[in-house]
Amino acid sequence: MMGAYFAATFVAWTGSFVLGILLALGATLLLGILLEFVALRHLYGRDHLDQVLATFGLILFFNDAVRLIWGPAGLALPLPAWLTVPVQIIPGVFYPAYRLSIIVVALAVAALLYIVVMRTRIGMLIRAGASNREMIGALGINIKLLFTLVFGLGAALAGLAGLMQAPILTVQIGMGENILILAFVIIVIGGIGSIRGAFMAAIFVGMIDTLGRAFLPDLLRMVLSSAAASTAAPALSSMLIYLLMAIVLVVRPEGLFPAAKR
Amino acid sequence: MADPLAHPLLRVENLVRRFGGILATDNLSLDVAPGELHAIIGPNGAGKTTLISQLTGQLMPNSGTVHFAGRDVTRLPSYQRSRLGLARSFQITCLLPDFTAADNVALAAQAHDGHSFRFWGSARKERHLRDAAQAALTRVGLAKRADVPVSKLSHGEQRELELAVALATKPQLLLLDEPMAGLGVTESARMVALLKELRKEVTIVLVEHDMEAVFALADRITVLVYGRVIASGEPDAIRNNEEVKRAYLGDQHAVTSHG
Amino acid sequence: MKFPINVSNVVVALVALGLLLLPVYSALTGNIFILTLFTRIVIFALAAASLNLIMGYGGMMSFGHAAYLGIGGYAVGILAYEGIGSGFIQWPVALAASALYALVIGALSLRTRGVYFIMITLAFAQMAYYVTSGLSRYGGDDGLTIYKRSSFGGLIDLSNRVQFYYLCLGCLFGGIYLIWRIINSRFGMVVQGVRSNEQRMQAIGYHANRYRLVCFVISGTICGLAGALLANNTDFVSPAGMYWTRSGELMVMVVFGGMGSMFGPVIGTIVFLLLEELLSQFTEYWALIMGPLLLLIVLFARGGIMGLLGRLDRG
Repeated sequence: MMGAYFAATFVAWTGSFVLGILLALGATLLLGILLEFVALRHLYGRDHLDQVLATFGLILFFNDAVRLIWGPAGLALPLPAWLTVPVQIIPGVFYPAYRLSIIVVALAVAALLYIVVMRTRIGMLIRAGASNREMIGALGINIKLLFTLVFGLGAALAGLAGLMQAPILTVQIGMGENILILAFVIIVIGGIGSIRGAFMAAIFVGMIDTLGRAFLPDLLRMVLSSAAASTAAPALSSMLIYLLMAIVLVVRPEGLFPAAKR
Repeated sequence: MADPLAHPLLRVENLVRRFGGILATDNLSLDVAPGELHAIIGPNGAGKTTLISQLTGQLMPNSGTVHFAGRDVTRLPSYQRSRLGLARSFQITCLLPDFTAADNVALAAQAHDGHSFRFWGSARKERHLRDAAQAALTRVGLAKRADVPVSKLSHGEQRELELAVALATKPQLLLLDEPMAGLGVTESARMVALLKELRKEVTIVLVEHDMEAVFALADRITVLVYGRVIASGEPDAIRNNEEVKRAYLGDQHAVTSHG
Repeated sequence: MKFPINVSNVVVALVALGLLLLPVYSALTGNIFILTLFTRIVIFALAAASLNLIMGYGGMMSFGHAAYLGIGGYAVGILAYEGIGSGFIQWPVALAASALYALVIGALSLRTRGVYFIMITLAFAQMAYYVTSGLSRYGGDDGLTIYKRSSFGGLIDLSNRVQFYYLCLGCLFGGIYLIWRIINSRFGMVVQGVRSNEQRMQAIGYHANRYRLVCFVISGTICGLAGALLANNTDFVSPAGMYWTRSGELMVMVVFGGMGSMFGPVIGTIVFLLLEELLSQFTEYWALIMGPLLLLIVLFARGGIMGLLGRLDRG
């Protein structure tokens, strides 16, 4: 949410799409660092309920803060001309340039994250720190700084996701939570603790959700009366991904692409 | 005594358990005869606790079987094994920290006294459960500490409570994982005396480091090194076994005889 | 039952007395608003108490309890819409539907632990929200108006504010008494034991998840009752009442009061809703204060109000 709001604001201020986005990313990074420093670092090692409640408190706060600063109606983030041209990906098939760029950026971020976390020294420190914080501290690494930066980076990435979808979807209060809940469903379906699982499940869930909403009404009409189908269809299609999560929980609770056992 | 191995109470066959690249239990086979006190010893890292966990259901083996009283219990969850009469004390004290000593034991007794889907009557007022708990506590010497919360008990008292909890489930086979760990001299002696009494009522598998206690109590001893059985038999045989001495002490001969 | 005279018990007694005498105060001062406000508070206190059963005593942090408020409410609303106005039918249906939902969701969610359990209960509650939003016959997003409150023959008139308040209060006190008996029963001891050390409980012969599930169902059913009461109180039911923030608010009420204390949820709900009411009078942006307040409580006053009172008792 903050990423999207920052982007909309900075782009409007500076008049430049790219500059606005970069500023927004920087602002979200700083915000993440600030939050970690002030509030979240006191919660490491606390039980899950405390962490959930604390972040809930922060969400409440930020939703109202945004409402105070930017007003209750959402904002708009218009696209520059060079991103609205359709691109011919296969002869005869045109796809909007911006949506293409979202895919490209997402893949690039995934690849970059993978390389940094799995293949660099810093990535190793992060993984080790997640595993055993004190030990890494004892090795002379400034673990507090590392975690603060990691959190800031995470915030910036979330901000990136928020601002990227802004031009085509929405910039409004509470936009983050819907995605958050979707993220939970994806994590469970993909496999708790599995990054590969999250990636595969995200694609899988996205497809099921979109295709489901598109085709379910017609599918239902084949079996039920038209009236029953139109009542049931919207409710059923919104339930689809949760049904999927339920099935995964019953049949394969460790997820479809479980994390490798160490 | 008739051949005790004809109908072992516990039969372990070719048990294997890996953790990633580490082979914690290496094709382990073992028999426990009814009524005996069978000690399992071995240097640190031998996989003794891993073995106990596979016997009681906290851990599942990769392959191999465990038979208890003729039944295959290899894949049964721990609560079902408890119901069959298999009880365990934990090496790292595993009690209910928010409850008193008496509550801990009473809950164990309750588990084996009909079902617990009763929602109205106060459990703490059930006379026979409280009496059973008090009896178990008295046996281990904690009668006066019954109403003390677990968090306020000393380490030694907690180890004794572990035993009381296991006893309250009226087991056929008691698996004790280092019950004397961290106990002082008097407490250890008391525990040994208690075990001497208990062995007449229940079959015991005892994992221990305290060699005096082991040789004083055991009918048979099995020695584990790196998850494998390197020797198994009567205490005298074990005492004189070259491989055992080497495993524990290099080439030094420090296991002396006790009466 | 021992009731020593200490700060906590005195506070509880005073609050209970206050709740009992509230309609008298309202009649004397002519202040209707306080009666309707406290009716709402009492209903939410019941919901919070049901959540406290699984959170404080069972160790299950459910972030989806608002779903039961909605299911109970919609049971009343849908039946009323379809012409069935009798509370003798509506309310048992509300309870049964909530129990069934809790059974299915609980069985699925209890396959996970920790933060994943929290996530999944949240996701399933959101699912309920989305599903009811899609029920266009029953108002969808706009909600469903209930033109006539549940009727109980001549026994009690729910449209009479005072009678309705005492009904809700009766449900609250009855609910708390029921929870108290459950907690001290064999079942309750097992549930608390499982929260305390699951491995130990399994080792002595208890199938931990079975007990957790039953506890979960009981909790959901009680919350469904609160939902039926709430629908009657607002004469309206809508998906928004099941939005995840409502579940969060229920959790906050429990934590404010003190998790795992019998009367804590009542006190926590009173404080939370009164605070919300008070802050809204000053500013539209009450969450700006409530949010950080919640954060501070999580950081520094983990035991909630009953915890603070308990500290006073111990000196």
